[in-house]
Parts: sequence; C-alpha cells; structure tokens
Amino acid sequence: MFDIMEDYSKREIILESSERIICNLIKPNSRVLDLGCGEGILLQKLKKDKNIKGVGIEINEKNVLTCITKGLSVCQGNIDEGLTDYADKSFDYIIMNNTLQQIYKPEYVINEMRRVGKTIIFGMASFTFWKIRLTLLFNGKLPKTSFYQYEWYNTPNIRVISARDFFFFCKKNNIEILNFYGNIWNIFFQMPLAITNLLSKYCVFVCK
Amino acid sequence: MIKDKKADIKTANDIEKKVENSVGIIEKKFVTFDKEEQSLLLDCGEILFPYTLAYETYGKLNALKDNVILICHALTGDSHAAGFYKIDDRKPGWWDMMIGPGKAFDTEKYFVICVNVLGGCMGSEGPSSVNFKTGKRYCLTFPQITIKDIVKSQRMLLNYLGIEKVLCVTGGSMGGMQALQWMIDYPESTQTAILFATTARMSAENIAFHSIGRKAILSDPNWNNGDYYDSKPPDAGLAVARMLAHITYLSGEILKQKFDRKLQDKKNYSFGFDTDFQVESYLLHQGERFVQRFDANSYLYITKAMDYFDLSAEVSGKLIPAFKKVKTKTVVVSFTSDWLFPTPMSKAIVNALKSQNVDVTFCEIETNRGHDAFLLEKEKLTQLVKGFLSNV
Repeated sequence: MFDIMEDYSKREIILESSERIICNLIKPNSRVLDLGCGEGILLQKLKKDKNIKGVGIEINEKNVLTCITKGLSVCQGNIDEGLTDYADKSFDYIIMNNTLQQIYKPEYVINEMRRVGKTIIFGMASFTFWKIRLTLLFNGKLPKTSFYQYEWYNTPNIRVISARDFFFFCKKNNIEILNFYGNIWNIFFQMPLAITNLLSKYCVFVCK
Repeated sequence: MIKDKKADIKTANDIEKKVENSVGIIEKKFVTFDKEEQSLLLDCGEILFPYTLAYETYGKLNALKDNVILICHALTGDSHAAGFYKIDDRKPGWWDMMIGPGKAFDTEKYFVICVNVLGGCMGSEGPSSVNFKTGKRYCLTFPQITIKDIVKSQRMLLNYLGIEKVLCVTGGSMGGMQALQWMIDYPESTQTAILFATTARMSAENIAFHSIGRKAILSDPNWNNGDYYDSKPPDAGLAVARMLAHITYLSGEILKQKFDRKLQDKKNYSFGFDTDFQVESYLLHQGERFVQRFDANSYLYITKAMDYFDLSAEVSGKLIPAFKKVKTKTVVVSFTSDWLFPTPMSKAIVNALKSQNVDVTFCEIETNRGHDAFLLEKEKLTQLVKGFLSNV
C-alpha cells in the first residue's frame, strides 16, 4: 500500500509557515478581518508583529472563549451567513486561512469578502499534491493526508480544492489574483501554477 | 441535643469557609441626594428630588480611580451583588460567583460598585419610600422611571464618589440594558462593557409577559391602587407575576430535567386542584419566597421601565444610529437556551455596534439553563470576563 498519511505535526508546521507568509503580506497598522480565526493564533501574531486592528469570526464557542482570553476581538458566527453588518471596504485585509474547505456557499462568501475587504487572502490545502494523485492511482482509495485526515463519513471538510481549481474560479469570477504562493517543505514560494499545483500541499492566494 | 449542636458547628464552619471565599461581610451604604443640582429630571418630565440610593462596594478604589467596575442588577436584584451581610446569612449576594478575590471581577484588582435601581425596594428611592415632601409613602405618586433615569442616578452616585470613568460596566438582562444606556449616554466615561443576555429593544413578547405579571398584581384586591403599605400587601398577585416570570428565566429542557412530570409527595393524581406536580410546587415556592423580599409597586414600576426600553426609538426606529457616539469596547454574551432575550437580540446589538466600527466581541454560550444562565454558568463566564478584563 502506498501510504501518504504522515505525522499530524507536519500539518501544524505548514500552517505555521502559511501564517508567516500571510503575516509578511500585511502592511502594519491595517484593519484585518480573519474568517474562521480558530484560537486566534494568526490574529495574535498580526497584532504583535504588525500592530493591526483585527477582528475574527469563529463558529466554535470554545475557540471564541480562547480568543477572548488572548485579548482578541472576535464574533461568534457562521461565515456562510455573510458579512452583512460590515460596511463596504471597511477592512484593509480579509483573511480566510484553512477554512474555505468548510464553507457551504463559497461564491457568496467570497463576494462578500470582496465587498468588505480591499485585499483578500486565502490559504488552502491543495488536493492535487503529487502524493495525493499517486494514492488515488495506486490505492484506488480516497487519500488521507495530514490535511485530509478524516474518513469520507466524518470529515468536516465538505470541499476539496486545488491551486488550479481556485485559480480558474478567480478567472471565471473576475477576481484579480495579485500573487499566489505554494509550499515546498515548509517554505512558501511564488512558483508557476503547474508547479504549485503538483508540488504544493498548501497554497496562498492574494486577490482583489 | 449534643448531636444538634455538632451539626450547628459544622454549618457554622461551612459558612465561615464560604465567607472566606467571598468579599466577606458587607455593609449596605446609603446616600441621599438633597442638593438642588443633584435633582433628577426624569424622562417622564417630572423632577425627582431629593432621593436616596442604596449601594455596595467591594475592593479598593486605586489612586488613579481607574479600576471601577459598575455592576447593574436585573429586574428583581438589588445592590447586594456579593458577600454576606451577616455571618449566618443563608446565601451570599446575587452575583457572588463572579465578584470576589480571585474571581472574574477580582476585588483584589478592581473597585466594584452595585447600586439598587431607582424605583426599587431595597433601599433606593422607590414607590415604597417615604416622600420627603409629604411625609407619606409615595405609592403611585412615585414618578414612572426609565432605564435612562436609572443610569442617570448611577452617574450621580459615581460623581458623589468622585469617580469620573468606569473601567467596565456590566450586567445581565435589565442590567445589560443599563450598561447599553451607559455606553450611549456617557461614551467618554464608559471604557468597556460586558452585556449578558440582554436586548436593545424590548420585544412585543417581552412586554406581553410583563403585562400579564402586572395584571396579576393590579387584579389583587389587596393592591388597593398601590396604597397597601399599612394593610395586607397584594402577595397573591405578586406571587403569580413571579411564577410566570420565573418560567421565562428557565428553559423547557431544564424544567424537564429537574421535574419532568414527577408528582409532589404522592403516587397518584389527586383528581382535584391540589398541587399534583413537582413543577407546580416549585413555582408556588418561588412565588412565596419572592413576595417576602419584593414590593409589588416596585415590580410594576421596574417592569414598565424595562418595557419602555427601546434604544432605537429616539433615532427613527433604527438601532445603528443609536450607537453613533459609542466608543466602548464591548463584549456581548448570549445563551443558546435563553428564549426571553434570545441570541438574535444580542446579535442585533453586535451588528449595530459593528456598523459603527465599535470594537465588539460576541459569544453565544451553549447551555440548557435559559435566561438565568448569566447567574449560573460560572466557569465559562469567569474565563470570558477574566480573559477580557486582563487585556483591557
């Protein structure tokens, strides 16, 4: 059997470096909205490193309480309900890192992000990573990776996305892609789409 | 006999331990505002003067006077938010779980104030107080107060104590309404606010429940147009009002969990109108206990003050402009099983604050304890309040 399931800590390392590159992209003192902010790790980093004014939206009560304990402003809520209370262009950046795969209405939510944010940043696991392709081919079974560690019947991830699919989604919806990055090991680079699509487990898109 | 004595000692020790774990023995304080400039111009147009406020404080005011936390109580609460009056008190103040050394509102750090609301019956000027001008009890000559008036009187008390700014104003239910009013009326003085299970606008359903409660009191012949202080009070009416209101503070789930259809001290139905069910007996008990500590006229006045509460009324029926001047960093907390002030009411506040670019945090706590959860969910609320305040 061809096994690509690896140590869960690798996922944490990739997420951490995705947070690092996102943090680098953000100008100091800006207003940032983090959709699906979890325990607020990225927001806290942005506050510390870039002195941003940040808000998070998070669905899980426990995570919200953790964010409050860290001194972060966070609203418990469902992103699928939209960002209706925020005025147009009221944030310099809207970030959605490792969350898009759980959104029911991505088109609607992404449109909302474009309305409310000046720049929108996505981070997502790419399903066309070469090892995933090989497992599908050789095992004929749904691949499990550190980002897709669930079975089909218990996964909270209702979507699989690839760098290429997201790229063409943006083209189709006239979303301007300013930059995109893919990872090799735990470092993110700007690479041609075909390379990112094949070699990266995770990718980051900066759009307008 | 000896056995009894031992039992007594044990409970005394327990109480001592309890007292140790709290702000300790507390004294209620009173202040009467009798200077012309302290008179209150009320929303109804009348002027209230002179008037007394009852309040309690816990912890110490620091030199900069910037560690003040104002606790606003709910409909039937009072100034006794924490600690004990006497060593053998059966129960501590109503929010003792949150206020005390090392607790959420840490009295080793903060100076905590709680004031009995205007219109109340626990020491502040209300319908049961004696009118200074006539020497008689106010009864129904007491002017109808509003949440805004209550907050105005609290501002007067803080002025009297030499306090300009409040670090945090907080409260649940009607207490949250007062906190909201503080944010709007005194934006410069209100640094942060934590609102529990509250609303910016009483709904038709909220008013409906209050109106039944009031009707129960008004229908009690003992009520006597509010003039009953020298005769029998309208206990039956007030008890019914409380029984009804009490259900709205709980949840169907918790009632089922506590009582379900269990019978009270019997195995079969009485096939009469005796108290058959435990839930009946529980509510009767709640009503009986309530009338011992609360005044029916105060209940009428304060429920009416709540019913008049609608922050959007002054600004063309919209909530967003009401928060135009608000600068207060705010936390809004709702509870999943609260059907009196359910989550959408809290979200309306959050959304309006967001629209005004106010720094707002919102959390919906999962609980089956209904509206009263703000008095019960100790662990989660402590984490939330402590976490929030430590970063202010």
